[in-house]
Amino acid sequence: MKANCWMGRNTLEVQEVPDPRILNPRDAIVRITSSAICGSDLHMYDGYIPTMKKGDILGHEFMGEVVEVGPEVSRLRVGDRVVVPFPIACGRCLACEQGMYSVCENSNPNAGLAEKLMGHAPAGIYGYSHMMGGYPGGQAQYARVPFADVGPIKIEDDLPDEQVLFLSDIFPTGWMGAEMCEIKPGDVIAVWGAGPVGHFAVASALLMGAERVISIDRYAYRLEIAARAGAETLNYEEVDIFDALRDMTAGRGPDACIDAVGMEAHYPIPAVQAYDRVKQATRMETDRPYALREAILACRNGGIVSVIGAYGGMVDKFPMGSFMNRSLTMKTGQCHVQRYMEPLLRRIRDGEIDPSFVITHHLRLEDAPRGYEMFKNKEDGCNKVVLHPW
Amino acid sequence: MSEEYERETYRLACALGWASLGLGIVQLAAPGAVSRLSGVDDSAWARTGVRLVGVRELMHAAVLLGSRRPAPWVWTRVAGDAMDLTVLGRAMAKRTGWRRARVMAAMAAVAGITATDLYTATRANRHGPRTQIMGPMDLRAAITVNRPRQEVYRYWHDFENLPRFMAHLESVETIAGGYSHWTAKGPARKSIEWDAEIVEDIPDELIAWRSTEGAAVRNSGSVRFTDAPGGRGTEVRVEITYDPPGGKVGLAFARLLGEHPEQQVRDDLRRFKQVMETGEVARSDGTPEGPYALRQVLQRPAQPVK
Repeated sequence: MKANCWMGRNTLEVQEVPDPRILNPRDAIVRITSSAICGSDLHMYDGYIPTMKKGDILGHEFMGEVVEVGPEVSRLRVGDRVVVPFPIACGRCLACEQGMYSVCENSNPNAGLAEKLMGHAPAGIYGYSHMMGGYPGGQAQYARVPFADVGPIKIEDDLPDEQVLFLSDIFPTGWMGAEMCEIKPGDVIAVWGAGPVGHFAVASALLMGAERVISIDRYAYRLEIAARAGAETLNYEEVDIFDALRDMTAGRGPDACIDAVGMEAHYPIPAVQAYDRVKQATRMETDRPYALREAILACRNGGIVSVIGAYGGMVDKFPMGSFMNRSLTMKTGQCHVQRYMEPLLRRIRDGEIDPSFVITHHLRLEDAPRGYEMFKNKEDGCNKVVLHPW
Repeated sequence: MSEEYERETYRLACALGWASLGLGIVQLAAPGAVSRLSGVDDSAWARTGVRLVGVRELMHAAVLLGSRRPAPWVWTRVAGDAMDLTVLGRAMAKRTGWRRARVMAAMAAVAGITATDLYTATRANRHGPRTQIMGPMDLRAAITVNRPRQEVYRYWHDFENLPRFMAHLESVETIAGGYSHWTAKGPARKSIEWDAEIVEDIPDELIAWRSTEGAAVRNSGSVRFTDAPGGRGTEVRVEITYDPPGGKVGLAFARLLGEHPEQQVRDDLRRFKQVMETGEVARSDGTPEGPYALRQVLQRPAQPVK
């Protein structure tokens, strides 16, 4: 089959690789019909996620048709149309029983590797480094799906791929980001990052009843998409975010702040950007946490900072004094996608939201390397790329 | 040995580490001055030699200051001292006059340091079980399994299940009367076989076993099952003791190749948890064997296995 392989920093190749096989009784094989490029794929493309290996297949947002099932799979049949959640979860450990699927205790065969860096190991994730299990990703024609009874959700009606594909990651991720804000009537929510996850966080916060949602980015075209989803917008290259937020909330600060940016943030002051860029290049820190620092400082006293942007390792200059003295709460996590798929599918079916509003490009799988470049460099108004493997 | 004695040894070893660091820096920063001071500046390669010794000193400093138990590493300094004395001795033989005097002074200084190093190193040898070169290896590990204690005990109690999660075992056959025959993958892919007997068996609580007389690899082990608090399943605690083939030296080599016995036991328990909770061992195409210490160093690319 064809697959999009990571061949080193900033290097991708669509290669011919073996077709996946059933390795365990609870596996299924899915013939992929749509697969997306995620912002977090860029962290690997840019070489900031440790434990990548030449030849790794990328991609964790995919859906398709079940073509083979292992003997222990009872809920799925050959021919079923499914969306696959990005965290691999066994469904039977304590974490899964509590709905914390992205920290499943059993799905990461390289848990020992992850423990060295993180203390304890998170779940396995498709196409997301060896520390996260060494699972081949879904930017390919087929994928092996472990614990197939637990993850994939069946799509039984005629909703097109582009409306349900994002149940695999970014819609639930944005939703969880808003949910962690514990939104109450009158709440003002600020969202750093107007990428697709930020867009879904905006839409979700409004669905949950937020009074106002403010979207922060530097790309006008991305802020426009956020505005269409219902946000007020701020361009951090034009205004001072801290002042603007204080102004908009009459001095209180947003009730909750969502970091939908993560480890490769940008900062409008070149000297500050250079400081973290140098530390990152020399591996003295792995992550540039501008959005996080700003979200903490901007949040109202006693408010919530919700982190859904992806981080990889270490940050520094973390404003702990502000965080502690002002009684803030931080909530975070890779999304527990399995928890949200059913209810969000219902909302799509009921017409409350059409997730396809984030898509700007459809490409063939062969053009994945070009898609990454466009997405990374924000060329041609690129916001979300969907790949078609067949 | 008293704690005070051990603390003193620790302080001495650390002080020697800092001394190595200081000396190393001086030797690298000012090799000319050092070679003049020790009377060997007439030699063409004196500066290079001093720099090399400087690098060596930094290595001493790294192992001494970077270790939780630095004292045994003082032996590396003793070896360095011997080397320095040899080199200086040869230098002295070739020289006369004030140069000879300086070389002799340097030798006297090194001899003094050697005495301190030897004193500290032998202190380290006088205590601490870990300085033994031979002797059994003790391993402990624990994991929580989200299944009832009876079920977890019952699965482990059937020793024929052990190879499903213990990576080094090929097979276990149970023989009558609490005896069993074990086959394991040894070093260099040779099979090792032995018989074992159950020495203690408390239903739902404890199983202990040991190899019988004449086993190639003497070993024993126990596993304890207790209820985890608040309905969190069962806490499983394993202790294994064995004579590593090739002794501790063989073990050190195995470690260099990525075989960490501690990691292996933890991985065995991880696989045990997976089998108990999910019915299978988690495999990815990057790690098709499931959790496996050696594989974590040498990952396959995340591409389907053929």
